[in-house]
Amino acid sequence: MTFKGRPTTAAIIGSGNIGTDLMFKLMRRSKHITPKYMIGIDPNSDGLKRADRMGVTASAGGIDWLLSLPTEELPDIVFDATSAKAHAANAPRLAEKGIVAIDLTPAAVGPFCSPAVSDQVDVSSMNVNMITCGGQATIPIVYSVTRVTGRTPYAEIVASLSSKGAGPGTRANIDEFTETTAKAIEEVGGADRGKAIIILNPVEPPMKMRNTVFVAIPAEYAEPGPKQDELTASIKTMVAEVQKYVPGYSLKSDPQYDAPRDIWNGLARVAVFLEVVGAGDYLPDYAGNLDIITSAAAHIGDLLMEYRIANPVKGTPQHVEFRAATEAPLPGSAAARALKQAAAHDTSKDEVKA
Amino acid sequence: MSSYIQERTTTDAVGTKRQVRITDTTLRDGSHPMRHQFTEEHVRSIVRALDDANIEVIEVAHGDGLGGASFNYGFSHTDELKLIAAAADEAKRAKIAALMLPGVATVADLKRAVDAGISVIRVATHCTEADTSYQHFGAARDLGLETVGFLMLSHRVSPEKLAEQAAIQVDAGCQCVYVVDSAGALILDQAKDRVAAVVDRIGKDAQVGYHGHQNLSLGVANSLLAWQAGARQIDGALSALGAGAGNSPTEVLGVVFENMGINTELDVDQLLNAAENVVRPILPALPYMDRGSITQGQAGVYSSFLKHAERAAERYGVPTHAILARVGQHGYVGGQEDMIIDVALELLNEESDPNIVGAK
Repeated sequence: MTFKGRPTTAAIIGSGNIGTDLMFKLMRRSKHITPKYMIGIDPNSDGLKRADRMGVTASAGGIDWLLSLPTEELPDIVFDATSAKAHAANAPRLAEKGIVAIDLTPAAVGPFCSPAVSDQVDVSSMNVNMITCGGQATIPIVYSVTRVTGRTPYAEIVASLSSKGAGPGTRANIDEFTETTAKAIEEVGGADRGKAIIILNPVEPPMKMRNTVFVAIPAEYAEPGPKQDELTASIKTMVAEVQKYVPGYSLKSDPQYDAPRDIWNGLARVAVFLEVVGAGDYLPDYAGNLDIITSAAAHIGDLLMEYRIANPVKGTPQHVEFRAATEAPLPGSAAARALKQAAAHDTSKDEVKA
Repeated sequence: MSSYIQERTTTDAVGTKRQVRITDTTLRDGSHPMRHQFTEEHVRSIVRALDDANIEVIEVAHGDGLGGASFNYGFSHTDELKLIAAAADEAKRAKIAALMLPGVATVADLKRAVDAGISVIRVATHCTEADTSYQHFGAARDLGLETVGFLMLSHRVSPEKLAEQAAIQVDAGCQCVYVVDSAGALILDQAKDRVAAVVDRIGKDAQVGYHGHQNLSLGVANSLLAWQAGARQIDGALSALGAGAGNSPTEVLGVVFENMGINTELDVDQLLNAAENVVRPILPALPYMDRGSITQGQAGVYSSFLKHAERAAERYGVPTHAILARVGQHGYVGGQEDMIIDVALELLNEESDPNIVGAK
């Protein structure tokens, strides 16, 4: 892992669980992005302290501090892990500076994005929304059903998280999870109507993130035979697709088919049981809910930066940074220092406490 | 302390005469054994009977609360908003309440229920997750509703921890925090100590309630102990119609409190009539302590898992009680009905795995 090969820089806004996990994801796994700034509002937050230790410039000055930097110091891309309200305010300010924004809040200023539903990803977007952790884990599966059956009248997901993996922001705004996820089940998953349920479980030792997807299907797919085989294959292919960027994502059992019932409007049902084991980059492996959304965000960030590298817009941070990276690669810069430390310092896991 | 609390201390929902308020949840918790198939006629007849018995609060909703109609929990025969509207139309004196679980229902669902006619909302969280209820209590107070909080599966934490969580709900805007024995697992002092700890912690700012299940046959006894420890709102269901082995029967609570000389302001004859002649004829089966529901009390499993476990047992050919015992081992909480299928598959795999000791 070297930082020199990475032509773009990022700022992460929001130094909570998601922002901090994302910082580690970018450091360890991004192809094109160096995490350069970690921005919070609480100088005592664990995320800012860790960023500082890792050689990432940490500021408690919020987005105002970030945007007061001279253009050549601005990041190419911002990952916003604050809150829906904060991102709604941040989005136009970032756009004005030509900074690409990946929104990890439920604000959904830009279009919903699931990397595995790749034909729906517009890499030229300036702002994309990462839905929710539960949405990232389940919506690709809804889509994998819809693409076979042609139409999904109704799909429902249940996301179970360890209580320890759900930070105060998630807890205080739990309706945003259900509403945003339900909407994305429709817009990205292709369901006529979507429903989302989230459960927090405090059991010790902490449970790994679990997700269940229920999709209404035509009766013929619930009967053993070629149609059902096709549907099962589509679901498994999609699981493999998500595994490419979230290695801890897996099917717990084969899809379960239930025959039509009157109370289901005569439709049948497929149930898909998923588990997400976290990579343990920040919180331990129970916090798959962090991994699924930060991995997706890092992956999309790479795709969007790939496009910007090929199509730099003059006067934007991407352009400046791209040139700086190619003409005078980064020795001695904060980013180079950070990467060097990150490479030497993969003992960082030792510091992680639940 | 929020202004909600100060406001609360000057307005007492129970009034001066009643020494205990019995809230009837036949039309919500009873939705589980009915597999959510209540009709508008059921609702009207039960509400009329409860109203005649002078029940002050009648809860009506899907068994898993507002928005519960789903693959995961079961779809409703009749939309709960229609049922709520019918109940509100039928009730002359009683207030209509609904239950909601943050993570299942949203403030939007709450507003629709208000439009349909509820004036009390009961917000239920797992007993360690009270801080997920701020949005909903806040909205409920803004909407002028009376608020009740449920700390579900209360047996899972100590009285002290439960009291801390109760304080969070009160801070969020809750006017009465219930110790909820969702698994019917609490045994006498275990119920009393939890109620006492919660009363001690929040008693100056809010009331305390108790919601029991009959899985170990202690719903009524625990309710009486809860009252002695300071609980002033107690839940029941006619003919015990509720999840698991059912709730504390409303009609039995009525008789017991009356015989103890504790004023409920209820017409006990009317309650007995309601249970015998209105509810029983519509029951598919009387809730009772079978092996499944006893296992729920024994292993501390959420009562509404029973019907789902029975269905999974039928579908996958593994015993209901084995599914429920395993659910207890895994520590699944209310709302994780999907994991019942997962557990059934797990048991099925073990049966066919020759490497697992004890496999058939």
